Amino acid sequence: MAKSASENSALAPEILAKYEPVIGLEVHVQLQTRTKIFCSCSTRFGDAPNSNVCPVCLGLPGTLPVLNKRAVEMGVRASLAINCAVHEHSRFARKNYFYPDLPKGYQISMYDQPLATGGWLEIEHEGARKRIGITRLHLEDDAAKALHEGFSAADKSYVDYNRGGTPLAEIVSEPDIRTPAEAYAYLTTLKQVMLYTEVSDCNMEEGSLRCDANVSVRLRGAEQFGVKVEVKNLNSFRYLQKAIEYEIERQIGVLESGGKIFQETRLWNQNEGRTIPMRSKEKAHDYRYFPEPDLLPVHVSAAWREAIRAAMPEMPDAKRARFVSQYGATPYDAAVLTETRARGAYFESVVQAGAPGKSAANWMQTELLRRLNDSGKEIEASPVAPAALAELISMVEAGQITAAVGKKVFAAMFETGRAAKEIVAAEGLGQISDTGAIEQAAREVIEKNPDNVAKYKAGNEGVFKFFVGQVMRATKGQANPQAINDVLKKLLS
Amino acid sequence: MATNWTINGVREALTAKKISARELTAEFYKRIEARNPELNAYLALSPERAQAQAERVDALVAAGKPLPPLAGVPVAVKDVISTRGTKTTCGSKILEPYVPAYDATAIERLEAAGAVILGKTNCDEFAMGSSNENSAYGPVKNPVALDRVPGGSSGGSAAVVAAGLAVASLGTDTGGSIRQPGAFCGIPAMMGSYGRVSRYGLIAFASSLDRIGPFATSVGDVARVLQAIAGRDPRDSTSTTDAVPDYLAEMDKPVKGLRLGIPKEYFAPGMDEGVRKKIEAGIEIYRKLGCELVELRMPHTDYAIATYYIIATAEASSNLARFDGVRYGLRVDGDSLVGMYRKTRGAGFGAEVKRRIVLGTYVLSAGYYDAYYLKGQKVRALIARDFREAFTKVDAILTPTSPVPPFKLGERTADPLQMYLADIYTVTGSLAGVPGISVPCGKIDGKLPVGLQLFGPAFGEARVLQLAQAFEQNGGATV
Repeated sequence: MAKSASENSALAPEILAKYEPVIGLEVHVQLQTRTKIFCSCSTRFGDAPNSNVCPVCLGLPGTLPVLNKRAVEMGVRASLAINCAVHEHSRFARKNYFYPDLPKGYQISMYDQPLATGGWLEIEHEGARKRIGITRLHLEDDAAKALHEGFSAADKSYVDYNRGGTPLAEIVSEPDIRTPAEAYAYLTTLKQVMLYTEVSDCNMEEGSLRCDANVSVRLRGAEQFGVKVEVKNLNSFRYLQKAIEYEIERQIGVLESGGKIFQETRLWNQNEGRTIPMRSKEKAHDYRYFPEPDLLPVHVSAAWREAIRAAMPEMPDAKRARFVSQYGATPYDAAVLTETRARGAYFESVVQAGAPGKSAANWMQTELLRRLNDSGKEIEASPVAPAALAELISMVEAGQITAAVGKKVFAAMFETGRAAKEIVAAEGLGQISDTGAIEQAAREVIEKNPDNVAKYKAGNEGVFKFFVGQVMRATKGQANPQAINDVLKKLLS
Repeated sequence: MATNWTINGVREALTAKKISARELTAEFYKRIEARNPELNAYLALSPERAQAQAERVDALVAAGKPLPPLAGVPVAVKDVISTRGTKTTCGSKILEPYVPAYDATAIERLEAAGAVILGKTNCDEFAMGSSNENSAYGPVKNPVALDRVPGGSSGGSAAVVAAGLAVASLGTDTGGSIRQPGAFCGIPAMMGSYGRVSRYGLIAFASSLDRIGPFATSVGDVARVLQAIAGRDPRDSTSTTDAVPDYLAEMDKPVKGLRLGIPKEYFAPGMDEGVRKKIEAGIEIYRKLGCELVELRMPHTDYAIATYYIIATAEASSNLARFDGVRYGLRVDGDSLVGMYRKTRGAGFGAEVKRRIVLGTYVLSAGYYDAYYLKGQKVRALIARDFREAFTKVDAILTPTSPVPPFKLGERTADPLQMYLADIYTVTGSLAGVPGISVPCGKIDGKLPVGLQLFGPAFGEARVLQLAQAFEQNGGATV
């Protein structure tokens, strides 16, 4: 019997600590080709059911698959991005099983000769970096979508074959992951790399990124792996972590109560917050793989592979390191600025337009990213272009406006899309360095606050800040802070 | 009016306006109406499609435009080849209601060449059989000897041509299913090299073995039909990019001095004496034509039947998985999804198809794959090597097409293994991927046809046709 979540959580921390979890992830990534892997139907998501279908992807009798070269190219890109060796020769096999979402009665998937093997990804978790091995990347066709709910006839299921035949890359990790948090970090890093290479849009809600986990536990120090359980249906980053957490504790609970773990496939049930058995090893499919006779072996020549490599974008790790060395960004800033390719490109455009790296990094993080996030916009759709931000930064740096005013101007720029200069001129926000105006304001502040003047003169230096603040307020933040200091010092002495 | 139409005969008659394509089509439908009830060779007719195509041909004639190579030629097509709008049952109950939404490439090419498709021919269910007795729609009778089988699995396609119910036809050959019925019905029948003719639209039995090829009443007409359907098809990755030679120009060359290999293994005990005598007489024709006869050894021949039935059934078990009652064809409801699958496939497939699905599933199963399927692939490679080595010594290989003449209906149905052995001389070439033809080689007691088989090297169709035509023109059919 599976233990409930509450029973699991009853396990004492010292019991849990006796065991080491061993986790491997199998990730399916939909490749962003325009057409399907074995026919020329569109891969567009969200079209009317069964509108992007043809005799080939419906598996009509007599039809044959023809491999989409672009899918192979994207598979190679993805393989290179995760440091795999791309094989010159790979081949597709048939994975045979019956289900209505599988119109041919078999999936065409690489089996004994995958596209690429032996890669790795470096993840960062709690400040430590760790390399997670990648066993293989192979290509296959996606199944269609079976729909069981939401129809008037309760006893019927429907199948939408639009998704059937969408190219997938399956990326299998080594069992190098030790905690649910590491699993989360691995999937996040993998997603980032897939987005960088534009191999996939990695949209979990639309199913273009899917993840299964192989989970086992063993006593710390033990050399042999425990019996592994495959956990399916991990359709969000949050579920992934929760499901693995649950499964680890379930397995420890079983072992602690003298039970045994059986090799099986379990399904994560989000509503119940637990994994439930799907099928045991005895009932596991025998997929009867054999080489797909309808396709020729896949040939990726060294020349083609290198051409693909040459066209690869800079990967996140390299970009992060470069931002640190080239722009003096802190490692943290560099990580934030390279989170997406677009963000990195934006940053570099701001710098190219004349802003110092550090200021560009600060302004992007404190102002731009916050406002983008609040308004739900992607950086590609930012109302403030990189050059416009650079102009604002240079105005602040040149002392034409104060940093405080700069923030207000940025808000207006974000709101209206107008240029900084335009806003500053129209609203008279230029910085006041004219000591006459500052002096007048300072005199008024001193006159109105005789008590504080007395305190200051009695040696309370802290009160000076109060005067600066008051003068700043009186000049609506436009006064040059250094000029205020100088004037006050003179008047109060 | 001529009874025995040929492709050239049709062309001359149309050009001379002695007959229109429509009249010719109508004549063939009349013949079919009269003769088919007895033969059971056609399963479905497509008169509207035929009529429309005949009208197009007549319009070309009327306009004095050049006629494509098969203009107005009435042809029949085996029922495993997909025809848009016309039922394609594969001789199976499971596809009884199935009407394809698209045409096979071979169909498109036939029609582009001007051919008029009359209808679909009977065959063993999913092309699995050697006598046409495995059709869910009843056996075909051999028009040459009505108490005999026409051979299989393309029995209907052979019978309609032999009976004059089509000028030519398409069959499919996986282990002998074109050549053996050609031999049994006394007409030339050919499979090109694997990859020579697109398989797109051919409902797969065994993908690495299946080939589409023609039946006709002369080797020349076989070449004309092959010419029309051969060539690269981007929809079939296994179709070759090699250019298709001009077969008719190549095949008229003299055969004197060509080396013909006679493999000892094909003349072992078990061959019918009547067949042996005819084949020996056939060999004499080549000797007289000045061919050099070379004795060959092809040591892996004995393993061919076992190898073939492992590979073919493995692929079949996968290819036939799509007939599950979900999308098209027969569905028998059950109390669950699996229940529906079982009932549908249980009711839809015949005994031989089930036998092969079970065999194929077994040889691919975990724990058995290496011993059967993988071993089978290795032996297949050895058989192919036998052929490659032979073709370093000879230009073509000569064998009987079948060890026995056409047998009686029902004679072999009780013993599947006996039936499988009918393919003993044909499966080797299937496994090796080479082209093969069967040409008429006399009749035993003037009654039962014998076929002589020629294999050529891969993509050496022209050489095979050349030798077959020389045989035909020098009395081969009446030895």
